[in-house]
Amino acid sequence: MAIDASEVRKVARLARLAVDDSAIAATTITIGNILAMVDRMQSVDTQGVPPLAHPLEAIQRLRQDEISETDQREQLQSCAPAVEEGLFLVPRVIE
Amino acid sequence: MYDKTIAEQSRALARGELSSVELTQSYLDRIRQFDGDINSYITVTEELALDQARAADERRANGDAGVMTGIPLAHKDLFCTEGVKTSCGSKMLDNFIAPYESTVTARFKDAGAVMLGKTNMDEFAMGSSNENSYYGSVKNPWDKAAIPGGSSGGSAAAVAARLAAGATGTDTGGSIRQPASHCGITGLKPTYGRVSRWGMVAYASSLDQAGPMTRSAEDAAIMLNTMAGFDPRDSTSLEHSVPDYTATLNDSLEGLTIGLPKEYIAAGLDADVEQQIDRAITEYVKLGARVKEVSLPNAGLCIPAYYVIAPAEASSNLSRFDGVRFGHRCEDPQDLMDLYLRSRSEGFGEEVKRRIIVGTYALSSGYYDAYYRKAQQIRRLIRDDFLNAFKECDVIMGPNAPTAAFDLGAMNNDPVAMYLSDIYTLSVNLAGLPGLSVPVGMANNRPVGLQIIGPHFAEARLLNIGHRLQQVTDWHLQSPALI
Repeated sequence: MAIDASEVRKVARLARLAVDDSAIAATTITIGNILAMVDRMQSVDTQGVPPLAHPLEAIQRLRQDEISETDQREQLQSCAPAVEEGLFLVPRVIE
Repeated sequence: MYDKTIAEQSRALARGELSSVELTQSYLDRIRQFDGDINSYITVTEELALDQARAADERRANGDAGVMTGIPLAHKDLFCTEGVKTSCGSKMLDNFIAPYESTVTARFKDAGAVMLGKTNMDEFAMGSSNENSYYGSVKNPWDKAAIPGGSSGGSAAAVAARLAAGATGTDTGGSIRQPASHCGITGLKPTYGRVSRWGMVAYASSLDQAGPMTRSAEDAAIMLNTMAGFDPRDSTSLEHSVPDYTATLNDSLEGLTIGLPKEYIAAGLDADVEQQIDRAITEYVKLGARVKEVSLPNAGLCIPAYYVIAPAEASSNLSRFDGVRFGHRCEDPQDLMDLYLRSRSEGFGEEVKRRIIVGTYALSSGYYDAYYRKAQQIRRLIRDDFLNAFKECDVIMGPNAPTAAFDLGAMNNDPVAMYLSDIYTLSVNLAGLPGLSVPVGMANNRPVGLQIIGPHFAEARLLNIGHRLQQVTDWHLQSPALI
């Protein structure tokens, strides 16, 4: 399935990635080639075949709803770019 | 002593023939001497390694040493190692010092092993050549014009060049088996869920699995004994008992049925590679095995299915890299969108961005059924092909890649061509099966590995099969000449 540049831009934005104007043509071709290869999947009939999400079809293990972790906020925030009073700082979100 | 296997080094340490400090220092010296050329390490933890070696020697003096105590290992740079840089081969995490320890590296730490450093890799485990690293390509120690394979290229090269006694790697689409094959070493991808993924930076959560990369199947068994086992912190970790993988290494192969998929002799399999594989299988027949043709009818579809499922899962996993809590943040973000767009676009390399875009597309409204759901249906067909084949054989054998290692730069302009070369390894991840690669010869002076695939939880059998070959051949003892 062919893809055009505007679709690539749209998908990139969904993924919060910027594609340079200088790169968009080449990126569109490459993504198109990958999708063309992937389209080979359409050659096989999978009518009635259940999708397989987990290779051993395990189900999600549950545990008791008990507190088992300790507060490690300082340690875990030590690698953050901008922190104040235990909160992560970001540019203004609400206008 | 750096030329010896982990098993031999462990015995030597136990006999007091040398100390862990001496052993560790010899590796650190070799890294300093040779790794400038090979680039297998991103971070060498020299002081930490010597501290750990001293602690190991003390532990031994107190009568408390185990088989892994004092053994110098390298860890792939996507295992979180507390207090130590964990980059995943990416600019995105160039500034990331892990605030906690992964289960895999913690288990080796608890066993008293020494960490020499963190190895180079394709960025976020996406690649088959270790050319996608922010820290530069890794060179194949056998031929520095060649790729070492990927994504665990640094781990493979380090073990091959004897810059570590063993290493950890991860395998999502072949990233342990293929570099092991290209670097002439032994590498095992365990059954999905056998080894904990906690603290292992995620690429594709339903495919990723950590495993040992070593000079022998025996060493892989020793390392797997430490790595394997249920971990309550990993919700996909399976509660399957862990045998002693070294106990059955010498079991007889009499009556073993080896399945050879007819689809594997496809156009594109290099004749020299095929010859090495055939010769290895002949050795197995001499050891009492018999050969049978089997069929994996949907084998070829593993490439499109994988290159939808893995990028889709990666697009979800890598959404956490947003410049907010860790990793690269752009300068002076104007608003939230700008923060995300620039932090991510500056931090990720081209291949990672490509896969995120493909994955996002495959999951997006209107395309989910045609791509992601379809790929998961094919995944079931591929898995069922193996389950059917295993009714007629005990293990399946074949190559890890269509050719021996290609030249650095040879596939740079064509991502799809690179993806096609993964044809022998991808289906094993899709089916969650264990796979072992052992060195069996050379093609054009570059190593060739035999891939041995087993049913779920057959790691002990695979390691036994690899070990028996290594008792009658010496490919695994060869080392590249380093100038």
